[in-house]
Amino acid sequence: MSAGIPDPAAPLTPTGNLRRRQVFSKMTEYSATIAAVIAVAVLVIVVFSVIQRGASALSLDFVFTAAPTGIGPELLGTAVIVGLGMVIAMPLGVLIALFLTEYAGNRAAGPIRLTLDLMNGIPSIIIGLFIFGLLVDHKQQSGLAGSVGLAIIMLPLIARGSQEVLLLVPSSIREASDALGVARWRSVLGIIVPSALGGIVTATVLAVARAAGETAPLIFASSLGDPSKFSLNPLEALPNVPVRIFTLSEEGNPEGFAQAWGMSLVLISLILFASLGARALLARSKRKMAG
Amino acid sequence: MSAGIDSTRGQDPPARSRIRIESDTPVPQTGITGPSVNGHRITAPEVVFDSQDVSIFYGAKQALAGVTLRIRSGQITALIGPSGCGKTTFLRSLNRMNDSVPSFRIEGQILYHGHDIYGGNVDQVEVRRRIGMVFQKPNPFPKSIYDNVAWAPRNLGLKSELDDRVEKALRGAALWDEVKDRLKDSALGLSGGQQQRLCIARAIAIEPSVLLLDEPASALDPIATGAIEELMHSLKGRFTIVIVTHNMQQAARVADRTAFFSLEMSGEKPTGALIEFDDTETIFGRPRDPRTRDYVTGRFG
Repeated sequence: MSAGIPDPAAPLTPTGNLRRRQVFSKMTEYSATIAAVIAVAVLVIVVFSVIQRGASALSLDFVFTAAPTGIGPELLGTAVIVGLGMVIAMPLGVLIALFLTEYAGNRAAGPIRLTLDLMNGIPSIIIGLFIFGLLVDHKQQSGLAGSVGLAIIMLPLIARGSQEVLLLVPSSIREASDALGVARWRSVLGIIVPSALGGIVTATVLAVARAAGETAPLIFASSLGDPSKFSLNPLEALPNVPVRIFTLSEEGNPEGFAQAWGMSLVLISLILFASLGARALLARSKRKMAG
Repeated sequence: MSAGIDSTRGQDPPARSRIRIESDTPVPQTGITGPSVNGHRITAPEVVFDSQDVSIFYGAKQALAGVTLRIRSGQITALIGPSGCGKTTFLRSLNRMNDSVPSFRIEGQILYHGHDIYGGNVDQVEVRRRIGMVFQKPNPFPKSIYDNVAWAPRNLGLKSELDDRVEKALRGAALWDEVKDRLKDSALGLSGGQQQRLCIARAIAIEPSVLLLDEPASALDPIATGAIEELMHSLKGRFTIVIVTHNMQQAARVADRTAFFSLEMSGEKPTGALIEFDDTETIFGRPRDPRTRDYVTGRFG
């Protein structure tokens, strides 16, 4: 090994294979940087092309009137379907998260976490098919069936997201409330959930943002809605944004294309704003928890 | 959170600094408990905890072996000893805080006023309602100062005159004057020492009969520590206090009785054991066991 040891008095310039190692180090750094740039570029390109093609369709009439001039019913339908889905998924998701963090031991929590992660990976077309068989086939399409489908998509996101913020609540706070002789469920409702509320809301908003654009379950569950009529009734098929984008693009009609791009722009803006808002909220609640 | 920075705000009155300066000698001769010989001559107060041959296991590992001691009403009892000797484990088993550790197992009996704490029909929530605890690191809830203190009474149905109760608890914890004008502010904005006194206020607001303190001053600077010690003196008598501390001078300053725990070899593995339990002045002045003497004179640990 003595050959590798430089003369202590030699100038402090690279010796041995240091130059080669430095080249490798730089290459790693550059490829990681390029990968990160590509990720940003993809988002920018998608958003930019949607703006470019959709902006011309935008107007107040476009947003607030019904077909053929506007997409009001679709926006309303999506709001109803996604809202109902959230009403189904949020309480369940938060309760699952509470079970995982507050009640389950490691032995029970592991399999449930795995289940949620697998559930998160189920292709949405399969969820759509499942909903079709369960709630639509031999009955009729309905916004509610779509809501159930979207709830299945939201559930693992809300549960896992809430679980992560609940884990951030310091265990010392749980000990503190335990040591006060207060029953556990009161600690959960009075101390633990309020501490994590910001994160729970964030997880829900992110799940809603994700579900708002899901198309596959709605093609099965709520694709026959009348786009010329505003409706709030979840027991009938409701027109909605993703399915309308899909059908308009299928028609091969230039006006339809323009409308589809316009709807895409509205949808992507809503989702981006919701996600950014949710993240800001999360950052705020984390700061609050850290004191 | 940095107690060190916060302490320089100087919210503690300077008078408290007296307490610390006199404390560098490990063998204070100032009697705290009055004339007693090995704790038997004076009429002893009622026994609160009667620990009979208590051994504690975490899974296969034995943390504590054969602890037999009696903790008396209204006194301050200190548990001292080197790290890992089981003193905190013992303290936490007095109000069943160890129950949440999955592999925890206890042998022997701990009687609380004659009732087995680990008895079949005993509810751990009720145990903790009577036997409060303050932890090593201040752990206020992320709520207002007022709500930190009021939360437990509210949940326990002690809702009448809640404001008075909160004030009384904060006064009891020597914190009232510092926070009375900002009760609605977040508790997380308090200094480390204030937070710890808030935790004490929170614990005494539900009027437990026992306070267990797990190294309550170890995360605090000397000024805040002095305030906590002064507070313990003022709470003595109203509450039975059991305190775990690494700081021998602290035990000597605050405790009536002191229990020295150490690690003993049982077979191959070191296991925590109670070495000696006596009046504080005896433990620090003329301990009977050479191991206690070595520890309190700083020869090891």
